[in-house]
Amino acid sequence: MSLRERLASGGFAVTAEISPPRGAGTEPITAAAALLRDWVDAVNVTDNQGSNARLASWAGSLAAMAAGLEPVMQMTCRDRNRIALQSDLLGASALGIRNVLVMTGDHPKFGDHPEAKPVFDLDSVQLLWTLRHMRDQGALLSGRALNPPPDCFLGAVENPFAPPAGFRADRLAKKVEAGAQFVQTQFVFDVEAFGRWMAQVRDLGLAEKCYILAGVGAVRSRRALDFMRDKVPGVQVPDDVYRRLRAVPADQTAAEGTRLAAETVQQLSTIDGVAGVHLLVAGNEQAVPGILDGAGVRVDPDGR
Amino acid sequence: MTARPPIPAHPRLGTRLAYRLQRVLRPRPGLRWLGAMVEASGLARPLFTGAERQAKQNLFGCRMCGQCALPVTGYVCPMGCPKELRNGPCGGVGADGSCEVYPGLRCVWVEAYERAVSQGRVADLRLLHRPIDHRRWGESSWLNYWQGRDEGLWTGGAGDTGDNGPVAADRPGLTLGGS
Repeated sequence: MSLRERLASGGFAVTAEISPPRGAGTEPITAAAALLRDWVDAVNVTDNQGSNARLASWAGSLAAMAAGLEPVMQMTCRDRNRIALQSDLLGASALGIRNVLVMTGDHPKFGDHPEAKPVFDLDSVQLLWTLRHMRDQGALLSGRALNPPPDCFLGAVENPFAPPAGFRADRLAKKVEAGAQFVQTQFVFDVEAFGRWMAQVRDLGLAEKCYILAGVGAVRSRRALDFMRDKVPGVQVPDDVYRRLRAVPADQTAAEGTRLAAETVQQLSTIDGVAGVHLLVAGNEQAVPGILDGAGVRVDPDGR
Repeated sequence: MTARPPIPAHPRLGTRLAYRLQRVLRPRPGLRWLGAMVEASGLARPLFTGAERQAKQNLFGCRMCGQCALPVTGYVCPMGCPKELRNGPCGGVGADGSCEVYPGLRCVWVEAYERAVSQGRVADLRLLHRPIDHRRWGESSWLNYWQGRDEGLWTGGAGDTGDNGPVAADRPGLTLGGS
């Protein structure tokens, strides 16, 4: 069952995330896919995440497909102009990649090439709009016709916790208007704050127009916890979560992080309008079974 | 093309005054005539554009993209966003409303939202902005505005039905369905 079918059927969808390697091989993707295959509906393949150069997301997506795992190809606006972005969608669609997740992308300043030219020719709303136009109108931004047009299931991201709080649901509404069919959120550590955002999302009628997958991560070390709190743009770790993960001995942070993630998934699954979860576990794929088991949410590998 | 890098700028013009000025500068026959005269003159055009550059740089940190979004962004320039986002803030805004790239500066969209709220103009921020035309950097956006060349910049503008999706209605030189 594809991600799209899972969501359409009303089942609780689970996606995870794979970071392509820094190198010209696909073995790490094959290995991660083997760990995830029986547990998730699809896996995001990141696009030079954190502005660090890595194997291309389209290539990683093909490798995941070859390993029996449906990919969600991430696409950022940071490195390519409108010509390259449209070209990449055509290539991805031609090779069977259906799910495309659109995001603005981190600024180059945060990565391993801070001197690079930030492109940002389109923003994420404009890119979603462009891809939908290519699919539904069969035409490029130039007006030229596409034969055949691409086939794609379009995703967006949103951060429910970043200011301005009053505008975050409206921002998702813009993305849905532009073409987003599903959305994956930033890390949810504060379930109550997420619930307040979801109430706004439901009030705007967005839960009926767009599948909402809440982002959940498993913290695996104290270093990762500090990094997430202090260094990752847009992530907010509430004090009680921080204290809870610091309260256990350092060698048990990973186990406690998995327990916390499982509890979060379970709580999120009861919120009206939440269609699934997106597990932000790149590099920590082995945590996925523990999270889903603990939450009582398991994707039937046979798709029933 | 882009003379200065994008850096978030705090507008020096109060929100209410900005919207009042908007009513004065709205396209009308007199201004359209004036704009046409200025455009036709090899001397007046660069002088006018230079004066606009001076005024808007001081007031809004304008970078002369030539396709002004200020009327629907609470008069905070979105081209000061390091990612040049015209459709709202990115997900990296700090909890205190700071820009992720320049932590000492406020996110232009946080400020745009506050200013729009203060004047009951939040609906403006919900409009979809089309991709801009990078050939227009350095042009006078006032002249473009008065001549109606800006009407397709975002949805909901005069005569904009949204039927053409993200494609600018006045896109020159190409027609739909070409090969």
